[in-house]
Amino acid sequence: MRILAIARNTFRENIRDKILYNLILFALIMILSSVALGQLTLGHEDKVIVDLGLTSISVFGTLIAIFIGISLVHKEIEKRTVHALLAKPVHRAEFIAGKFLGLLFTLFINTAIMTAGLILTLMWHGGAGLQGYLRLLPAVYLIFLSLSLTTALALLFSTFSTPALSALFTFFLWVIGHFNYDLREFGRLTKSGALQSLCTTLYYLLPNFANFELIGSQNVIQGAAYYRPIDAAAVGWVSVYGALYGAILLGIAAAVFSRRDFK
Amino acid sequence: MPAIEIKGLTKDFLVGFWKKHPVRALDNLDLSVEKGEVFGFLGPNGAGKTTTLKILMSLLRPTSGSARILGEPIDVVSMHARIGYLPENPYFYDYLTARELLTYVGRLFGIRQPALNRKVSQLLENVGLGQSGGIQLRKFSKGMIQRVGIAQALVNDPEVVFLDEPMSGLDPLGRREVRQVVASLKSRGVTVFFSSHILPDVEALCDRVAIMNRGRLQATGALNEILKVRIEGHEVILTGAGPRTIEALSGMCDQITALGERLVLRAGNSAQVAAIVECALSGGADLLSVIPIRPSLEDYFFEEITGTGL
Repeated sequence: MRILAIARNTFRENIRDKILYNLILFALIMILSSVALGQLTLGHEDKVIVDLGLTSISVFGTLIAIFIGISLVHKEIEKRTVHALLAKPVHRAEFIAGKFLGLLFTLFINTAIMTAGLILTLMWHGGAGLQGYLRLLPAVYLIFLSLSLTTALALLFSTFSTPALSALFTFFLWVIGHFNYDLREFGRLTKSGALQSLCTTLYYLLPNFANFELIGSQNVIQGAAYYRPIDAAAVGWVSVYGALYGAILLGIAAAVFSRRDFK
Repeated sequence: MPAIEIKGLTKDFLVGFWKKHPVRALDNLDLSVEKGEVFGFLGPNGAGKTTTLKILMSLLRPTSGSARILGEPIDVVSMHARIGYLPENPYFYDYLTARELLTYVGRLFGIRQPALNRKVSQLLENVGLGQSGGIQLRKFSKGMIQRVGIAQALVNDPEVVFLDEPMSGLDPLGRREVRQVVASLKSRGVTVFFSSHILPDVEALCDRVAIMNRGRLQATGALNEILKVRIEGHEVILTGAGPRTIEALSGMCDQITALGERLVLRAGNSAQVAAIVECALSGGADLLSVIPIRPSLEDYFFEEITGTGL
Protein backbone atom coordinates (compact mmCIF):
# COMPACT_ATOMS: atom_id res chain seq x y z
CA MET A 1 0.00 0.00 0.00
CA ARG A 2 2.70 2.51 1.04
CA ILE A 3 5.05 1.40 -1.75
CA LEU A 4 2.22 1.81 -4.26
CA ALA A 5 1.35 5.26 -2.87
CA ILE A 6 4.98 6.37 -3.29
CA ALA A 7 5.17 4.77 -6.77
CA ARG A 8 1.96 6.53 -7.79
CA ASN A 9 3.29 9.88 -6.61
CA THR A 10 6.61 9.31 -8.40
CA PHE A 11 4.73 8.50 -11.60
CA ARG A 12 2.69 11.68 -11.18
CA GLU A 13 5.92 13.65 -10.63
CA ASN A 14 7.41 12.18 -13.82
CA ILE A 15 4.40 12.83 -16.02
CA ARG A 16 4.33 16.46 -14.87
CA ASP A 17 8.00 16.86 -15.84
CA LYS A 18 8.57 18.57 -19.20
CA ILE A 19 11.85 16.75 -19.89
CA LEU A 20 9.86 13.53 -20.32
CA TYR A 21 7.71 14.92 -23.10
CA ASN A 22 10.70 16.42 -24.88
CA LEU A 23 12.45 13.07 -24.94
CA ILE A 24 9.33 11.16 -26.08
CA LEU A 25 8.76 13.73 -28.82
CA PHE A 26 12.35 13.39 -30.02
CA ALA A 27 12.01 9.60 -30.04
CA LEU A 28 8.80 9.73 -32.08
CA ILE A 29 10.39 12.18 -34.53
CA MET A 30 13.34 9.79 -34.88
CA ILE A 31 10.99 6.86 -35.54
CA LEU A 32 9.07 8.84 -38.16
CA SER A 33 12.25 10.09 -39.82
CA SER A 34 13.31 6.46 -40.29
CA VAL A 35 10.70 6.29 -43.06
CA ALA A 36 12.65 8.91 -45.01
CA LEU A 37 15.92 7.09 -44.38
CA GLY A 38 14.28 3.83 -45.43
CA GLN A 39 13.76 5.33 -48.90
CA LEU A 40 17.53 5.27 -49.39
CA THR A 41 17.67 1.48 -49.10
CA LEU A 42 15.84 -0.34 -51.85
CA GLY A 43 13.87 -3.30 -50.54
CA HIS A 44 15.02 -2.85 -46.94
CA GLU A 45 12.76 0.01 -45.85
CA ASP A 46 11.12 -2.02 -43.08
CA LYS A 47 14.50 -3.11 -41.73
CA VAL A 48 15.70 0.48 -41.50
CA ILE A 49 12.48 1.59 -39.82
CA VAL A 50 12.64 -1.24 -37.24
CA ASP A 51 16.40 -0.74 -36.74
CA LEU A 52 16.11 2.99 -36.14
CA GLY A 53 12.84 2.67 -34.24
CA LEU A 54 14.10 0.12 -31.71
CA THR A 55 17.39 2.00 -31.34
CA SER A 56 15.42 5.20 -30.65
CA ILE A 57 13.33 3.41 -28.02
CA SER A 58 16.51 2.11 -26.40
CA VAL A 59 18.50 5.37 -26.53
CA PHE A 60 15.72 7.73 -25.47
CA GLY A 61 14.50 5.26 -22.85
CA THR A 62 18.03 5.15 -21.44
CA LEU A 63 18.19 8.96 -21.40
CA ILE A 64 14.87 9.08 -19.51
CA ALA A 65 16.01 6.36 -17.09
CA ILE A 66 19.28 8.20 -16.37
CA PHE A 67 18.02 11.80 -16.27
CA ILE A 68 14.96 11.10 -14.18
CA GLY A 69 16.55 8.25 -12.17
CA ILE A 70 19.53 10.28 -10.95
CA SER A 71 17.33 12.96 -9.43
CA LEU A 72 14.65 10.68 -7.99
CA VAL A 73 16.05 10.48 -4.48
CA HIS A 74 18.48 13.39 -4.60
CA LYS A 75 15.71 15.88 -5.35
CA GLU A 76 13.71 14.64 -2.35
CA ILE A 77 16.75 15.13 -0.10
CA GLU A 78 17.77 18.46 -1.62
CA LYS A 79 14.25 19.94 -1.40
CA ARG A 80 13.70 18.31 2.01
CA THR A 81 10.40 16.74 0.93
CA VAL A 82 11.83 13.53 2.37
CA HIS A 83 11.70 14.96 5.91
CA ALA A 84 7.92 14.99 6.17
CA LEU A 85 7.69 11.69 4.29
CA LEU A 86 10.09 9.62 6.39
CA ALA A 87 8.49 10.88 9.60
CA LYS A 88 5.44 8.89 8.48
CA PRO A 89 5.23 5.11 9.01
CA VAL A 90 7.38 4.48 5.94
CA HIS A 91 10.43 2.19 5.93
CA ARG A 92 13.29 3.65 3.99
CA ALA A 93 13.43 0.49 1.86
CA GLU A 94 9.75 1.06 0.99
CA PHE A 95 10.63 4.58 -0.12
CA ILE A 96 13.35 3.25 -2.45
CA ALA A 97 11.07 0.51 -3.82
CA GLY A 98 8.26 3.02 -4.40
CA LYS A 99 10.52 5.47 -6.23
CA PHE A 100 11.86 2.63 -8.41
CA LEU A 101 8.43 1.28 -9.27
CA GLY A 102 7.15 4.78 -10.06
CA LEU A 103 9.90 5.40 -12.60
CA LEU A 104 9.60 1.86 -13.94
CA PHE A 105 5.92 2.44 -14.64
CA THR A 106 6.79 5.75 -16.35
CA LEU A 107 9.31 3.91 -18.52
CA PHE A 108 6.74 1.22 -19.29
CA ILE A 109 4.25 3.82 -20.52
CA ASN A 110 6.96 5.61 -22.53
CA THR A 111 8.15 2.38 -24.10
CA ALA A 112 4.55 1.44 -24.93
CA ILE A 113 3.96 4.85 -26.58
CA MET A 114 7.18 4.65 -28.60
CA THR A 115 6.47 1.03 -29.61
CA ALA A 116 2.97 2.01 -30.71
CA GLY A 117 4.57 4.83 -32.72
CA LEU A 118 6.94 2.35 -34.37
CA ILE A 119 4.20 -0.15 -35.22
CA LEU A 120 1.94 2.60 -36.59
CA THR A 121 4.84 3.83 -38.74
CA LEU A 122 5.38 0.30 -40.05
CA MET A 123 1.65 -0.16 -40.71
CA TRP A 124 1.50 3.17 -42.48
CA HIS A 125 4.45 2.08 -44.58
CA GLY A 126 2.77 -1.27 -45.29
CA GLY A 127 5.13 -3.85 -43.79
CA ALA A 128 5.10 -7.41 -42.53
CA GLY A 129 1.62 -7.56 -41.06
CA LEU A 130 0.46 -8.29 -37.53
CA GLN A 131 2.58 -11.45 -37.05
CA GLY A 132 5.69 -9.51 -37.99
CA TYR A 133 4.90 -6.65 -35.68
CA LEU A 134 4.27 -9.03 -32.79
CA ARG A 135 7.79 -10.37 -33.27
CA LEU A 136 9.08 -6.94 -32.33
CA LEU A 137 7.67 -7.31 -28.84
CA PRO A 138 10.39 -9.62 -27.38
CA ALA A 139 12.99 -7.10 -28.54
CA VAL A 140 11.02 -4.27 -26.91
CA TYR A 141 10.73 -6.36 -23.74
CA LEU A 142 14.52 -6.86 -23.62
CA ILE A 143 15.05 -3.12 -24.12
CA PHE A 144 12.66 -2.51 -21.21
CA LEU A 145 14.65 -4.94 -19.03
CA SER A 146 17.82 -3.05 -19.87
CA LEU A 147 16.08 0.24 -18.97
CA SER A 148 14.96 -1.24 -15.64
CA LEU A 149 18.53 -2.11 -14.75
CA THR A 150 19.71 1.36 -15.80
CA THR A 151 17.02 2.87 -13.54
CA ALA A 152 18.14 0.73 -10.59
CA LEU A 153 21.75 1.85 -11.17
CA ALA A 154 20.77 5.54 -11.38
CA LEU A 155 18.63 5.18 -8.26
CA LEU A 156 21.49 3.54 -6.33
CA PHE A 157 23.85 6.40 -7.16
CA SER A 158 21.24 9.03 -6.40
CA THR A 159 21.01 7.78 -2.79
CA PHE A 160 24.50 9.03 -1.98
CA SER A 161 25.72 11.25 -4.81
CA THR A 162 24.90 14.45 -6.66
CA PRO A 163 22.87 14.24 -9.91
CA ALA A 164 25.91 15.15 -12.04
CA LEU A 165 28.11 12.45 -10.50
CA SER A 166 25.25 9.95 -10.51
CA ALA A 167 24.72 10.58 -14.23
CA LEU A 168 28.43 10.11 -14.85
CA PHE A 169 28.63 6.88 -12.81
CA THR A 170 25.47 5.44 -14.38
CA PHE A 171 26.56 6.31 -17.91
CA PHE A 172 30.05 4.95 -17.23
CA LEU A 173 28.68 1.60 -16.02
CA TRP A 174 26.12 1.53 -18.84
CA VAL A 175 28.94 1.86 -21.41
CA ILE A 176 31.21 -0.67 -19.69
CA GLY A 177 28.22 -2.98 -19.32
CA HIS A 178 27.95 -3.14 -23.12
CA PHE A 179 31.56 -4.31 -23.44
CA ASN A 180 31.49 -6.91 -20.68
CA TYR A 181 32.22 -9.81 -23.05
CA ASP A 182 35.25 -7.92 -24.41
CA LEU A 183 36.47 -7.44 -20.84
CA ARG A 184 36.34 -11.19 -20.26
CA GLU A 185 38.08 -11.89 -23.60
CA PHE A 186 40.78 -9.38 -22.70
CA GLY A 187 41.31 -11.28 -19.43
CA ARG A 188 41.60 -14.58 -21.30
CA LEU A 189 44.14 -13.19 -23.72
CA THR A 190 46.36 -11.58 -21.12
CA LYS A 191 49.28 -13.51 -19.64
CA SER A 192 49.03 -11.86 -16.23
CA GLY A 193 47.14 -14.02 -13.73
CA ALA A 194 46.23 -10.99 -11.60
CA LEU A 195 44.81 -9.10 -14.57
CA GLN A 196 42.91 -12.19 -15.65
CA SER A 197 41.35 -12.51 -12.17
CA LEU A 198 40.52 -8.81 -12.16
CA CYS A 199 38.81 -8.99 -15.57
CA THR A 200 36.86 -12.12 -14.61
CA THR A 201 35.75 -10.51 -11.32
CA LEU A 202 34.68 -7.35 -13.10
CA TYR A 203 32.87 -9.41 -15.73
CA TYR A 204 30.67 -10.99 -13.07
CA LEU A 205 30.45 -7.89 -10.86
CA LEU A 206 29.50 -5.23 -13.40
CA PRO A 207 26.02 -5.13 -14.96
CA ASN A 208 26.03 -6.97 -18.26
CA PHE A 209 23.89 -4.84 -20.56
CA ALA A 210 25.07 -6.85 -23.54
CA ASN A 211 22.93 -9.72 -22.18
CA PHE A 212 19.86 -7.79 -23.27
CA GLU A 213 21.21 -7.15 -26.76
CA LEU A 214 22.70 -10.48 -27.71
CA ILE A 215 20.56 -13.58 -27.42
CA GLY A 216 22.74 -16.51 -28.45
CA SER A 217 24.92 -14.88 -31.03
CA GLN A 218 22.05 -12.89 -32.51
CA ASN A 219 21.77 -9.15 -32.03
CA VAL A 220 18.24 -8.60 -30.77
CA ILE A 221 17.55 -5.42 -32.74
CA GLN A 222 19.05 -6.84 -35.93
CA GLY A 223 17.01 -10.01 -35.51
CA ALA A 224 13.83 -8.03 -34.94
CA ALA A 225 14.54 -5.98 -38.07
CA TYR A 226 14.28 -9.21 -40.06
CA TYR A 227 11.30 -10.33 -37.92
CA ARG A 228 13.28 -13.34 -36.72
CA PRO A 229 11.94 -15.14 -33.64
CA ILE A 230 13.96 -14.96 -30.40
CA ASP A 231 14.77 -17.99 -28.26
CA ALA A 232 12.18 -17.81 -25.46
CA ALA A 233 14.29 -19.80 -22.95
CA ALA A 234 17.20 -17.40 -23.41
CA VAL A 235 14.86 -14.45 -22.87
CA GLY A 236 13.68 -16.16 -19.68
CA TRP A 237 17.24 -16.51 -18.35
CA VAL A 238 18.02 -12.90 -19.18
CA SER A 239 14.86 -11.89 -17.31
CA VAL A 240 16.03 -13.81 -14.25
CA TYR A 241 19.46 -12.15 -14.51
CA GLY A 242 17.88 -8.68 -14.81
CA ALA A 243 15.52 -9.28 -11.88
CA LEU A 244 18.29 -10.62 -9.61
CA TYR A 245 20.82 -7.92 -10.50
CA GLY A 246 18.16 -5.22 -10.15
CA ALA A 247 17.09 -6.59 -6.75
CA ILE A 248 20.70 -6.55 -5.54
CA LEU A 249 21.14 -2.93 -6.71
CA LEU A 250 17.91 -1.87 -4.99
CA GLY A 251 18.95 -3.75 -1.84
CA ILE A 252 22.24 -1.83 -1.75
CA ALA A 253 20.38 1.43 -2.45
CA ALA A 254 18.00 0.72 0.45
CA ALA A 255 20.91 -0.14 2.78
CA VAL A 256 22.79 3.06 1.84
CA PHE A 257 19.64 5.17 2.19
CA SER A 258 18.79 3.61 5.56
CA ARG A 259 22.12 4.74 6.98
CA ARG A 260 21.73 8.34 5.84
CA ASP A 261 21.25 11.27 8.17
CA PHE A 262 18.96 14.04 6.90
CA LYS A 263 20.33 17.30 8.26
CA MET B 1 3.83 6.53 30.80
CA PRO B 2 5.06 9.86 29.38
CA ALA B 3 4.19 10.75 25.79
CA ILE B 4 7.82 11.61 25.06
CA GLU B 5 10.79 10.37 27.03
CA ILE B 6 14.33 11.41 26.10
CA LYS B 7 17.38 10.03 27.92
CA GLY B 8 20.94 11.23 27.43
CA LEU B 9 20.35 12.14 23.77
CA THR B 10 23.57 13.32 22.14
CA LYS B 11 24.34 14.12 18.52
CA ASP B 12 27.74 14.87 17.04
CA PHE B 13 28.05 15.98 13.43
CA LEU B 14 31.34 15.12 11.74
CA VAL B 15 32.70 18.08 9.82
CA GLY B 16 35.75 18.88 7.71
CA PHE B 17 36.93 17.42 4.42
CA TRP B 18 37.58 13.96 5.91
CA LYS B 19 34.62 14.28 8.32
CA LYS B 20 36.86 13.60 11.29
CA HIS B 21 36.07 16.55 13.53
CA PRO B 22 32.98 16.09 15.67
CA VAL B 23 30.82 19.10 16.45
CA ARG B 24 28.31 18.52 19.25
CA ALA B 25 24.86 19.75 18.26
CA LEU B 26 23.02 18.08 21.14
CA ASP B 27 24.54 17.26 24.49
CA ASN B 28 23.09 14.67 26.85
CA LEU B 29 19.46 15.82 26.69
CA ASP B 30 17.06 14.40 29.29
CA LEU B 31 13.44 15.39 28.88
CA SER B 32 10.00 14.05 29.60
CA VAL B 33 6.66 15.29 28.25
CA GLU B 34 3.40 14.06 29.71
CA LYS B 35 0.37 13.06 27.67
CA GLY B 36 -1.98 15.93 26.83
CA GLU B 37 0.63 18.62 27.47
CA VAL B 38 1.47 21.46 25.12
CA PHE B 39 5.21 21.58 25.55
CA GLY B 40 7.32 24.46 24.27
CA PHE B 41 10.85 23.69 23.16
CA LEU B 42 12.65 27.00 23.17
CA GLY B 43 16.02 28.28 22.24
CA PRO B 44 17.84 30.62 19.90
CA ASN B 45 18.94 29.50 16.44
CA GLY B 46 21.50 26.71 16.70
CA ALA B 47 20.33 25.62 20.15
CA GLY B 48 19.67 22.03 19.02
CA LYS B 49 15.87 22.20 18.76
CA THR B 50 15.59 20.97 15.17
CA THR B 51 18.31 18.36 15.73
CA THR B 52 16.29 16.95 18.64
CA LEU B 53 13.11 16.87 16.56
CA LYS B 54 14.90 15.20 13.64
CA ILE B 55 16.26 12.51 15.95
CA LEU B 56 12.78 11.94 17.36
CA MET B 57 11.50 11.59 13.78
CA SER B 58 14.33 9.13 12.92
CA LEU B 59 15.71 11.51 10.31
CA LEU B 60 18.97 11.67 12.25
CA ARG B 61 20.59 8.87 14.23
CA PRO B 62 21.73 9.84 17.71
CA THR B 63 25.40 9.47 18.60
CA SER B 64 24.29 8.20 22.00
CA GLY B 65 21.23 8.15 24.21
CA SER B 66 17.72 7.00 23.49
CA ALA B 67 14.18 8.28 23.15
CA ARG B 68 10.70 6.82 23.31
CA ILE B 69 7.44 8.21 21.98
CA LEU B 70 4.21 6.74 23.41
CA GLY B 71 6.35 4.07 25.05
CA GLU B 72 7.92 2.88 21.78
CA PRO B 73 11.54 3.39 20.68
CA ILE B 74 11.76 6.08 18.00
CA ASP B 75 13.06 3.70 15.33
CA VAL B 76 9.90 1.57 15.45
CA VAL B 77 8.27 2.58 12.17
CA SER B 78 4.73 1.57 13.19
CA MET B 79 4.88 4.08 16.07
CA HIS B 80 5.07 6.85 13.46
CA ALA B 81 1.45 6.08 12.51
CA ARG B 82 0.47 7.64 15.86
CA ILE B 83 2.40 10.89 15.54
CA GLY B 84 2.40 13.96 13.29
CA TYR B 85 5.33 16.15 12.28
CA LEU B 86 5.68 19.58 10.72
CA PRO B 87 9.30 20.17 9.65
CA GLU B 88 10.97 23.56 9.96
CA ASN B 89 10.50 25.64 6.76
CA PRO B 90 8.57 22.81 5.14
CA TYR B 91 8.71 22.14 1.43
CA PHE B 92 6.34 19.78 -0.29
CA TYR B 93 5.94 18.41 -3.80
CA ASP B 94 5.19 21.60 -5.70
CA TYR B 95 3.65 19.76 -8.65
CA LEU B 96 0.84 18.52 -6.40
CA THR B 97 -2.23 20.43 -5.33
CA ALA B 98 -2.89 20.77 -1.60
CA ARG B 99 -5.65 18.17 -1.89
CA GLU B 100 -3.40 15.74 -3.79
CA LEU B 101 -0.64 16.11 -1.17
CA LEU B 102 -2.98 15.40 1.73
CA THR B 103 -4.50 12.45 -0.14
CA TYR B 104 -1.00 11.07 -0.76
CA VAL B 105 -0.11 11.44 2.92
CA GLY B 106 -3.41 9.81 3.90
CA ARG B 107 -2.58 6.82 1.71
CA LEU B 108 0.78 6.45 3.48
CA PHE B 109 -1.22 6.04 6.70
CA GLY B 110 -3.46 3.47 5.01
CA ILE B 111 -6.59 5.65 5.10
CA ARG B 112 -9.00 4.55 2.39
CA GLN B 113 -11.63 6.33 0.33
CA PRO B 114 -14.20 7.77 0.88
CA ALA B 115 -13.09 8.52 4.47
CA LEU B 116 -9.85 9.99 3.10
CA ASN B 117 -11.69 12.51 0.90
CA ARG B 118 -13.78 13.67 3.84
CA LYS B 119 -10.70 13.92 6.07
CA VAL B 120 -8.80 15.97 3.48
CA SER B 121 -11.70 18.41 2.98
CA GLN B 122 -12.08 18.86 6.73
CA LEU B 123 -8.35 19.48 7.23
CA LEU B 124 -8.22 22.01 4.40
CA GLU B 125 -11.11 23.88 6.03
CA ASN B 126 -9.44 23.73 9.46
CA VAL B 127 -6.26 25.39 8.21
CA GLY B 128 -8.11 27.99 6.15
CA LEU B 129 -7.37 26.46 2.73
CA GLY B 130 -10.85 25.25 1.88
CA GLN B 131 -10.90 27.33 -1.32
CA SER B 132 -7.30 26.55 -2.35
CA GLY B 133 -7.30 22.75 -2.31
CA GLY B 134 -7.15 22.50 -6.10
CA ILE B 135 -4.19 24.87 -6.57
CA GLN B 136 -0.69 23.51 -7.15
CA LEU B 137 1.64 24.09 -4.19
CA ARG B 138 4.13 25.94 -6.42
CA LYS B 139 1.61 28.79 -6.50
CA PHE B 140 1.26 28.91 -2.70
CA SER B 141 2.75 31.62 -0.48
CA LYS B 142 5.05 30.65 2.39
CA GLY B 143 2.21 31.05 4.85
CA MET B 144 -0.07 28.78 2.80
CA ILE B 145 2.68 26.13 2.62
CA GLN B 146 2.99 26.32 6.39
CA ARG B 147 -0.75 25.71 6.71
CA VAL B 148 -0.58 22.72 4.34
CA GLY B 149 2.33 21.50 6.47
CA ILE B 150 0.18 21.64 9.58
CA ALA B 151 -2.66 19.86 7.77
CA GLN B 152 -0.38 17.01 6.62
CA ALA B 153 0.82 16.58 10.20
CA LEU B 154 -2.76 15.97 11.32
CA VAL B 155 -4.02 13.62 8.58
CA ASN B 156 -3.77 10.54 10.83
CA ASP B 157 -5.39 12.12 13.93
CA PRO B 158 -2.09 11.80 15.80
CA GLU B 159 -1.73 11.33 19.54
CA VAL B 160 1.46 13.39 19.61
CA VAL B 161 2.20 16.27 17.23
CA PHE B 162 5.66 17.73 16.71
CA LEU B 163 5.68 21.23 15.27
CA ASP B 164 9.05 22.74 14.35
CA GLU B 165 8.67 26.54 14.26
CA PRO B 166 5.00 26.38 13.19
CA MET B 167 4.59 30.18 13.21
CA SER B 168 7.47 30.75 10.82
CA GLY B 169 6.37 32.69 7.75
CA LEU B 170 2.83 33.29 8.97
CA ASP B 171 1.10 36.65 9.10
CA PRO B 172 -0.76 37.66 12.31
CA LEU B 173 -3.96 36.06 11.04
CA GLY B 174 -2.15 32.82 10.22
CA ARG B 175 -0.45 32.79 13.62
CA ARG B 176 -3.79 33.19 15.29
CA GLU B 177 -5.19 30.29 13.27
CA VAL B 178 -2.26 28.09 14.26
CA ARG B 179 -2.81 29.01 17.89
CA GLN B 180 -6.43 27.96 17.46
CA VAL B 181 -5.36 24.65 15.90
CA VAL B 182 -2.99 23.96 18.80
CA ALA B 183 -5.66 24.92 21.34
CA SER B 184 -8.11 22.57 19.61
CA LEU B 185 -5.54 19.75 19.70
CA LYS B 186 -5.01 20.36 23.39
CA SER B 187 -8.75 20.26 24.06
CA ARG B 188 -8.83 16.83 22.37
CA GLY B 189 -6.04 15.57 24.62
CA VAL B 190 -3.35 15.55 21.91
CA THR B 191 0.21 16.08 23.14
CA VAL B 192 1.88 18.95 21.27
CA PHE B 193 5.66 19.35 21.22
CA PHE B 194 6.25 22.77 19.84
CA SER B 195 9.63 24.26 18.96
CA SER B 196 9.97 28.02 18.70
CA HIS B 197 12.13 30.98 19.50
CA ILE B 198 9.21 33.41 19.66
CA LEU B 199 8.25 33.90 23.30
CA PRO B 200 4.71 35.33 22.94
CA ASP B 201 3.57 32.29 20.93
CA VAL B 202 4.98 29.97 23.54
CA GLU B 203 3.49 31.95 26.39
CA ALA B 204 0.09 31.83 24.75
CA LEU B 205 0.10 28.09 24.15
CA CYS B 206 2.40 26.06 26.36
CA ASP B 207 1.84 24.35 29.69
CA ARG B 208 5.54 23.73 30.21
CA VAL B 209 8.69 24.61 28.36
CA ALA B 210 12.28 23.50 28.01
CA ILE B 211 14.96 26.01 27.17
CA MET B 212 17.91 24.92 25.07
CA ASN B 213 21.15 26.71 24.41
CA ARG B 214 24.16 25.46 22.46
CA GLY B 215 22.81 21.92 22.47
CA ARG B 216 22.25 21.80 26.20
CA LEU B 217 19.11 21.88 28.27
CA GLN B 218 19.23 25.07 30.32
CA ALA B 219 16.01 24.67 32.23
CA THR B 220 12.64 23.00 32.14
CA GLY B 221 9.33 23.75 33.84
CA ALA B 222 6.62 26.40 33.68
CA LEU B 223 7.82 29.42 31.68
CA ASN B 224 7.49 31.92 34.53
CA GLU B 225 9.48 29.67 36.83
CA ILE B 226 12.37 29.00 34.55
CA LEU B 227 12.70 32.50 33.20
CA LYS B 228 12.53 33.63 36.83
CA VAL B 229 10.37 36.34 35.38
CA ARG B 230 10.31 39.50 37.30
CA ILE B 231 8.03 42.29 36.17
CA GLU B 232 10.35 45.19 35.48
CA GLY B 233 7.46 47.60 35.23
CA HIS B 234 4.23 48.25 33.36
CA GLU B 235 3.39 50.08 30.21
CA VAL B 236 0.01 51.85 30.28
CA ILE B 237 -1.33 53.11 26.96
CA LEU B 238 -4.08 55.73 26.91
CA THR B 239 -5.86 57.86 24.39
CA GLY B 240 -8.07 60.96 24.62
CA ALA B 241 -6.37 62.43 27.70
CA GLY B 242 -6.76 66.20 28.11
CA PRO B 243 -3.93 68.59 29.14
CA ARG B 244 -4.95 68.58 32.80
CA THR B 245 -5.05 64.81 32.95
CA ILE B 246 -1.66 64.60 31.25
CA GLU B 247 -0.21 67.01 33.78
CA ALA B 248 -1.65 64.97 36.65
CA LEU B 249 -0.42 61.70 35.13
CA SER B 250 3.11 62.96 34.53
CA GLY B 251 3.61 63.29 38.28
CA MET B 252 2.42 59.71 38.86
CA CYS B 253 4.63 57.73 36.47
CA ASP B 254 8.33 57.17 35.82
CA GLN B 255 8.16 58.14 32.16
CA ILE B 256 5.54 59.55 29.82
CA THR B 257 5.74 59.60 26.01
CA ALA B 258 3.24 60.97 23.50
CA LEU B 259 2.84 58.88 20.32
CA GLY B 260 0.34 60.77 18.15
CA GLU B 261 -2.93 60.69 20.04
CA ARG B 262 -1.71 57.97 22.35
CA LEU B 263 0.10 58.37 25.63
CA VAL B 264 2.54 55.70 26.76
CA LEU B 265 3.25 55.76 30.47
CA ARG B 266 5.76 53.64 32.31
CA ALA B 267 5.03 52.73 35.91
CA GLY B 268 7.14 50.76 38.36
CA ASN B 269 4.64 48.83 40.47
CA SER B 270 1.01 47.73 40.54
CA ALA B 271 -0.09 50.45 43.00
CA GLN B 272 1.27 53.09 40.62
CA VAL B 273 -0.59 51.44 37.71
CA ALA B 274 -3.87 51.43 39.65
CA ALA B 275 -3.50 55.13 40.49
CA ILE B 276 -2.68 55.98 36.85
CA VAL B 277 -5.67 54.05 35.53
CA GLU B 278 -8.01 55.66 38.04
CA CYS B 279 -6.72 59.14 37.28
CA ALA B 280 -6.91 58.60 33.51
CA LEU B 281 -10.44 57.19 33.51
CA SER B 282 -11.75 59.89 35.84
CA GLY B 283 -10.10 62.50 33.57
CA GLY B 284 -12.07 61.18 30.56
CA ALA B 285 -9.25 59.24 28.86
CA ASP B 286 -9.70 55.80 27.32
CA LEU B 287 -7.50 52.95 28.50
CA LEU B 288 -6.03 51.02 25.57
CA SER B 289 -3.77 48.54 27.34
CA VAL B 290 -1.69 47.71 30.41
CA ILE B 291 1.29 45.56 29.55
CA PRO B 292 3.74 44.14 32.08
CA ILE B 293 7.35 44.74 31.00
CA ARG B 294 9.37 41.53 31.29
CA PRO B 295 12.69 40.43 29.96
CA SER B 296 12.28 38.70 26.57
CA LEU B 297 13.61 35.29 25.75
CA GLU B 298 16.32 37.05 23.77
CA ASP B 299 17.23 39.06 26.90
CA TYR B 300 17.35 35.81 28.86
CA PHE B 301 19.75 34.20 26.43
CA PHE B 302 21.86 37.28 26.10
CA GLU B 303 22.24 37.47 29.84
CA GLU B 304 22.85 33.72 30.17
CA ILE B 305 25.47 33.72 27.45
CA THR B 306 27.25 36.85 28.66
CA GLY B 307 27.00 35.51 32.23
CA THR B 308 25.28 38.53 33.70
CA GLY B 309 22.33 36.43 34.95
CA LEU B 310 18.80 37.58 35.29
